[in-house]
Amino acid sequence: MTIWNPKYECMNEDEKRELQGIRLHETVEHVYKNVDFYRKKMDSMGILPGDIKSIDNLKDLPFTYKTDLREHYPYGLFAVPMKDVVRIHASSGTTGKRTVVGYTREDLDVWAEVCARTVSACGATKDDILQNAYGYGLFTGGLGIHYGGEKIGMSVIPISGGNTRRQLELMQDFQSTVISCTPSYALYLAEVIEESGIDRSKIKLKAGIFGAEPWSEQMRNDIERRLGVLAIDIYGLSEIIGPGVSQECPKKCGLHINDDHFVPEIIDPDTERVLDYGEKGEIVFTTITKKALPLLRYRTRDISRLDNTPCACGRTSYRMEKVTGRTDDMLIIRGVNVFPTQIESVLLELGETAPHYQLIVTKAGTMDALEVQVEMTDSLFSDEVKKIEDLEKKLKFNIESTLAISAKVTLVEPKTIARSEGKAQRVIDNRNL
Amino acid sequence: MLVKQISVFLENKEGRVAQVTQILSDSKINIRALSIADTTEFGILRLIVDKPEKAEEALKEEGFTVSITEVIAISIEDAPGGLAKALELLHENKISVEYIYAFISKTSHRANVILRVESCERAIESLETGGFLVLTANEVYDQ
Repeated sequence: MTIWNPKYECMNEDEKRELQGIRLHETVEHVYKNVDFYRKKMDSMGILPGDIKSIDNLKDLPFTYKTDLREHYPYGLFAVPMKDVVRIHASSGTTGKRTVVGYTREDLDVWAEVCARTVSACGATKDDILQNAYGYGLFTGGLGIHYGGEKIGMSVIPISGGNTRRQLELMQDFQSTVISCTPSYALYLAEVIEESGIDRSKIKLKAGIFGAEPWSEQMRNDIERRLGVLAIDIYGLSEIIGPGVSQECPKKCGLHINDDHFVPEIIDPDTERVLDYGEKGEIVFTTITKKALPLLRYRTRDISRLDNTPCACGRTSYRMEKVTGRTDDMLIIRGVNVFPTQIESVLLELGETAPHYQLIVTKAGTMDALEVQVEMTDSLFSDEVKKIEDLEKKLKFNIESTLAISAKVTLVEPKTIARSEGKAQRVIDNRNL
Repeated sequence: MLVKQISVFLENKEGRVAQVTQILSDSKINIRALSIADTTEFGILRLIVDKPEKAEEALKEEGFTVSITEVIAISIEDAPGGLAKALELLHENKISVEYIYAFISKTSHRANVILRVESCERAIESLETGGFLVLTANEVYDQ
C-alpha cells in the first residue's frame, strides 16, 4: 500500500522529535510576536519563546480552549494580517458564535499534503476516481479531501453531500473507485443500492474514507460487506486544520497522526496532567506548521489514547485510538455537533426555568434519530389538546432550527425522566458506538 | 356559577388513568363526570369532582401535572333535541365551544352538560336568556 510521504510518515523517533522541537519553537515565536492572546498568557506564566528548546517543553505551554476562539471572534487569534489569509472556514455556530478558522496559501499547501496522506492511506493513487460526498462550503470536510485527492493526482468528482440518486448515477457512470462521506451516509447508500437492485458489477468502488462522526466496528463491518469497500476512518477538526489530522491505514489499528504538523498529547481533563502512551484521556493538539491560526495545546474534548510504536504498515507516526467519547456532553448526530445545553436554551424561552428534558439518540435504520423528551409543567399544561399540540410544534420548530437537524419532541409526565442526585440524565445514546 | 374542572396530563401509557382514580379514591373524592381527550402521544383527563381543590392537591402531591379550568354546566331535558337547542343558541351568539361532555343527573333524571367555551360570562348570559338552566358549582359537585 502507498505511503504518500515516507520521508515524514516513517521518520525515526529522534528525527521526529528534533523536527517537532524546531517547528514548535518557530510556532511559539510566531504566536508570541503576533497574537496578543498568547503573548499575554505566556507572560502571565513567565514563559518566553526562548524557553521552548525541544518538544519536551510542550507541556510548559498554555492550553487553548474552544471558548478562546469564540471570545476572539472572528479573527482575534489569527497570527497573520488578513492580506495573507486566502481562505476562511467556519463551524455552523449552533452552540453560540461560529468558530472561525483561516488559512494562508502555505497553510492550504500543508492541508493538501496531510489530506493527500489521508486519502492515500486507503490505497488510493492517481489512477483512482474519487467521489467526494463530503459537504463543500464553510464546512472543512469537502474542500480538505478535495485538495488531498487532487494533490495525489486522482480524478476528483466534487459532488458534495446529499442527492442520493445523483450520487448513485455518477458512481456508476463515472466509475468512482473511492468514496468519501460520513459513515452513516455510506450505509444509507448501501441500503439504497440494495433496494434499487442496481447491478453490482457497475459499481467499481474499492475503498471509502469515512469520518466527521463517531462510528463503531460493527458499522465498519456493515459498510465493508454491503458496499464492498475497504472502510477507513479519518479524524480531523477545523480548529486544527480540518480533515487530515489523522487517518487509519489498511491495518486498521489506530489513526496515524500527521505528527510532523500536529503534535498530540493525552491529558487528564480534570487535572490537566499529561498522561503516558496507552493511557486514556483527552487528546490535545498543537499545530507546529500553521501560519494563519496556530493553536497551542488545543483542547479537543475528544477521548482517545496514543500508541507510539511503529505500525506494521511501515509508518512511524503516532497513532490515536478511534475517538471513544467526549469530556463534555457533546453529541454528534448525523455529523452535526449537538450540545444538550442548546435544548435548554430553547426551553428557557418558554419561561423562567427550563423543564426537565432528555435527549434520546437511536439508530433508525442507518441514520441517527433524535428524540427530545420534555417533562410537562403546570405552566405549560393546558386543558386543550390544540394548545399542547401547538406547544409541541413550537418546541420542535425551535429545537430543529437551533440544532439544524430534525428531532421528534415528546411531552412526558413530570418525574418520568430518570434523575441521579437530583439531576436529570440529559442524554441517552442508544446507538451502541 | 362556574364549575371547576380538573385537567390532568397523562402519557399514553398503561395504568395511568387507574393511578389517578386510585389517588382520588384514597382521598375520598367522588368523581362526578370525566372525559379523556387523547392523541397518539398523550391524553388530557378532565374531571368534575366533588372537591376540586383537594383533588388538585392530592394529584400534584403524587407528581401529576394538574390544572383547574372553569367550565359551565347546564341541565337539559334528557330527550331528543335537548342539547341541539343549547348548542344552536351558542352558535347564534358566536360563542365557540372548545369541548363538551355530559352525564346524567341522579336526582332530576335530566342530563348535565359540561361546556368549555371561550367566554364563560357571555355563554351563561346567552343560555340563561334563552331559558336554559345553568347549574351552580355546588349543584354539580354535590347533587
